[in-house]
Parts: sequence; C-alpha cells; structure tokens
Amino acid sequence: MSIISADATAFQDGPGSVTTLSQVRRSRGLWADALRRLLRSPLATISGVLLILLILAALFAPLIAPYDYTFQDYAALTQPPSSAHLLGTDDLGRDILSRLLFGARISLSVGFVVQAVILLIGVPAGLVAAHFGGKIDTFIMRTVDALYSVPSLLFIIVIMTFLRAALASPSNGFMEGLSALDAQTGGLIGVFIGVGLVNWMPAARLVRGQAVSLKEKEYVEAARSLGANDRRIMLQHLLPNVVPIIVVTATIGIPQAIIYEAGISFLGLGARPPTPSWGLMISEAIPNLRSYPYMLVSPALALSFTVLAFNFLGDGLRDAVDPWMGK
Amino acid sequence: MRTAYIIRRVLALIPTLLLIYTITFFLMHSTPGGPWDTGEKPIPADVQERLKAAYGLDKPLWQQYGEFLGKAVQGDLGPSYTQRSRTVVQILSETFPVSLQLAAVATAMAVLVGVPLGILGAVRHNKPLDYFATFVSVFGISTPAYVVTSLLVLVLASKLRWLPTSGWDGIRSPKIIIPALSLALYPMAVLARYTRSSMLEVLRTDYLRTARAKGIAEKGVIVRHALRNALLPVITIAGIVLADIATGSFFVETIYQVPGVGRYFVQSISGRDYPVILGTVLLLGLVVSVMNLIVDLLYPLLDPRIGRR
Repeated sequence: MSIISADATAFQDGPGSVTTLSQVRRSRGLWADALRRLLRSPLATISGVLLILLILAALFAPLIAPYDYTFQDYAALTQPPSSAHLLGTDDLGRDILSRLLFGARISLSVGFVVQAVILLIGVPAGLVAAHFGGKIDTFIMRTVDALYSVPSLLFIIVIMTFLRAALASPSNGFMEGLSALDAQTGGLIGVFIGVGLVNWMPAARLVRGQAVSLKEKEYVEAARSLGANDRRIMLQHLLPNVVPIIVVTATIGIPQAIIYEAGISFLGLGARPPTPSWGLMISEAIPNLRSYPYMLVSPALALSFTVLAFNFLGDGLRDAVDPWMGK
Repeated sequence: MRTAYIIRRVLALIPTLLLIYTITFFLMHSTPGGPWDTGEKPIPADVQERLKAAYGLDKPLWQQYGEFLGKAVQGDLGPSYTQRSRTVVQILSETFPVSLQLAAVATAMAVLVGVPLGILGAVRHNKPLDYFATFVSVFGISTPAYVVTSLLVLVLASKLRWLPTSGWDGIRSPKIIIPALSLALYPMAVLARYTRSSMLEVLRTDYLRTARAKGIAEKGVIVRHALRNALLPVITIAGIVLADIATGSFFVETIYQVPGVGRYFVQSISGRDYPVILGTVLLLGLVVSVMNLIVDLLYPLLDPRIGRR
C-alpha cells in the first residue's frame, strides 16, 4: 500500500521530468514499467518464479513436509535417500527434506527481516545526513566510512558473541523480553539484530548520495519556499524518490544476509539446534562428511540456489529500475 | 602536496582503528560471563575474584580501556585467558604467518584465474565462453566458503582421494590446495565479474576503434591497448577481496584444520577468550585498512587522470 502512494508521489515530484498527459497514459507507472522490463529478462523471471515457489513452500511447510523437523526416527538414522525419506535422514534420524522446507522459513525470514533492520537504520541516517549537511553529514558519513573499513563478518561475529551472552543472562526487563523472543525463535532475533546492525552502511551511503542530488531540485526548493519543514521535506519529497533504489538495494542485500545467517549459525553463534537453519545443517553434516555425504549436499545446494536466484533477481531489478535511478 | 595528502591519509587510519578498538573493547567487556564460568565445575567465587585481579579486570573500565590501548600501541596485547602460558602476541605471531601464506596462495589463484576469465568473457561477449565465465563467477559469488571447502573435501579428498582431507604442511605441500581454492573462489568470481564489465566498457571506446582502424592485430589491441585501462578499476576492489579472504579463513581453516588466525579466532569465540578476540579484530582491521590505504594511494599513480584532479 505504501508503495502505491510512494509511486504516485514519485510521479508528481519526479526528478526534473515534465510529465505530459500522453506520457502518463503510455507508461503505467514506475513499478508497472519496471515489472515489464524485468519480465523481459529470462534469468530474472525464472529466479523470481523459483523464489515465489520457495516462499510458498516455506509458508506451507507444515502441510508439505512429510515429517516434523524435530521428529527423530531412531529406526532410520543416516538413511540415504529413499521413497520414505526423499533426501535421506541425518545422524539423529530426522528427515532432511522436511528440515530443508522448514529451513527455508529461517533463511527467507532472515533475508527479509534483516533488510528491514538495515533500512530502518540506513535510510533515516542517509536522509538526515543529506538533508542537514554540514557537521551532521560529516559525523554520520565518517562513522559510516570507519565501519566500512572493518570486514563485516568480523564485526558480526563480535556483536553476536556479545548478543549471545547478553541474551543468555538478561540484565533488565527489555533484555528479558528480547531473550524470551530469541529463545522462541530458536536464536533468530539475535541474528536479525546482529546482521542488521553491521550492514546498514551501504544503504545509508546510497540514500545519502541520491538525496543530496535530489535536494537541489526545483521541486524541493519550491516545497521549502512554501514553508515545508525538515520533516515534511524528508518524508514527503526526498523519501518517495529514493524508494526505487531502496528496493533494489534490499533485494541485492537479501542473499548476503542469508549467507551471513548460515555462516554465523555454522560457527554456533546464530540459530540454535534443533532449528533447521541451512547453515546449521551444513555444519552438522561436516563431521559426517565421509560416511554420509548426502547430509551435506542438499542443504548446500538449497543455500546456493536460493542465493543465486536472489542475485539474479536483484540484478534484473536493478536494470529494470535503472532509468529512474537518476544516474 | 602529495606528501601532505599521504600523511593525512595515514593519520586518518588512527580514528578508524580507535573506533574498531573502542567498539570491540566495550562489547567484549560488557559481555556477561567470562572464560571462567563456562567449565563443568564452577570456579569458587573467591578464586574468580583473584583471577579477575590477576588479569586486571577489577579495575575501573576506563582504566582498563586506557591501559590496554597503551600496551597495544607498544605491541603488547596481554595474556590469553585460555592458554595461560602464552601471550596474545605470541599466539598471533605463530598463527598469522600460516594464514598469510594461505591468503597469498589464494590471492594468486584468484587473480591468475579470475582476471583472464573476465577478459575472455568480454572478448567473447555473448559466446559460449562468456556464458561459461559468467556461470563460474555467479557460482562463486553465490556459494559461501564453508560450502566450497566441504564440497571440495567431499569430492577431491573423500571420493577421488587425490588430496588429503585436512591439515597443514606449509606452502609447498599439496595440503594447501583445498583451503586455498576455497578461499580463492569468491574473490576469483568477483574479479572475473569486474574485469569483464570493465573490459566491455573499454572495448567500446573510441581509442580502441582507432587502434583497430590503424590495422593492429586484435591480440595486440586487447593486450596493449585495452587491458591496461580495463584493469585499473579492478584494482579498487583489492580491499574487498582481501577482507573476504580474511573472514573466509574463519570457516576454511576451521573445517580443514589449518593452524591459522582464522581457526584460532573461532576457537577463542567458543572459549570466550576476549583478549584474543580483541587482538585478532585489531590485527585484521589494521591489515584491511592498510591494504585499502595502499590501493587508494597507488591508484592515482597508475591512473594519471585521477592524480591531476
């Protein structure tokens, strides 16, 4: 819903465009046009379809999955793929296909929620830096630069080490609530916060870059001369016009977040067993690599294909939205 | 003017490293619990107090912050909590050279395969070879290092038995192949991608058309005219490549049991050995920042168009 209204505003306020009536009729709005361009790219389309299927599989996992992801069949430990267990069972007798399907929920929710966290920090930071300029801009962008020079994964690991211990022994009411939520989600709340906190800088930088050029436009000056305050200019005039770039950045960021989640779960700092995180499944498979290689192959392929599909979709989306990115 | 610029850039490293230190220090020190309450048998409270006093953890936080910083500047990162007989610097000086050798081999592999792959992709644009190069780079970008390592161990070591399944024997031993290849794949993919798009852009320029019009053979056009300019932007991603090799080593060294900084870092996380965590973060932060700085300073030297601005 918010996208639709943002779209309408983007059209009225579109950077430097003289919109005639005929143009309005010919193009059906930013997102409709972008979608048309996107569908012209076969790779992006296939990836999009695959991802929709994956989302559906994740949503309906309890209905599709042949077993519960925690169900242990002691009579069928480390079974190779068979008709009863299409992808085999792991060393605890759990059905790998069922765990993969439930695991899709973990990876996808990490992908999306982390983007939300990133945007909640990065977009305001970028907008504020661009709009106010001067010392505020310098301060925010220096912080961004400094954080950039640390390898993200290193920072995520440090933050997760802290978060894991802090959530294990909450010191106040807020942390207690967070800790309970974290326990309920199998350690995912910590992952959302940790990965989000470390990766908001690219979004801040992009939004600032766009907003800096936008705020010189006549329509912003017009709004200001009509008496619009800072808040109104940022939210009504700058924000709608950075929405396309935000959508593209978020799509490109999703696979990254999925890889980070799998990585920190692999190190034992992310999702907790028996949560069927793909990263956790991979790390559980490694000690059994020699005897039961199929334990590794399916979660590894699921992870790679999902990341691949998101990468293709992100690339396609970037090209599709490009004409409006004001390069 | 140039020296002033260099000095300013080198000085700019200080606030960056200070920020890394400050964040890591306060995060590590506000982390509840420590290396002494993870054991099976709880250590008595009075012993814990004495341990804290011995490591200076009973002093006010700001004092610890200053003291550690003062010593770190002089190259002393304090004692390790879990390996009582060794200091953090000793541990790092044993493990870092191993990681450095592994990283060097991985970087060489990434450059020697990634760059030619990107060039071939651009020269044979939209031909089978280009699709192959694109496929390799997309696969490399989408597959995290720990998956690559385990798949390589599975195929090359367990199934085909061409290589050992784990271990480290120095740079000349075949044991380095699997970990180095695992670390190299992602940077290789990124390099191929960057080189390809940069090369495609250069191939469309007017001066290349002129070179061709002069009758220079296609090979000469590519090697002497296009390549030099195409490779310039590629250098800017050296920092990203290095950072990824550094963080990839956490997984690769752990899985393949390479006694480097990465594996030690992962062990110190589970052992809550905060001085080691702090020391490693500072070391890797320093290495990556310095590499980025060198690239930034080299770039104008290689590309005179930037130096003049």
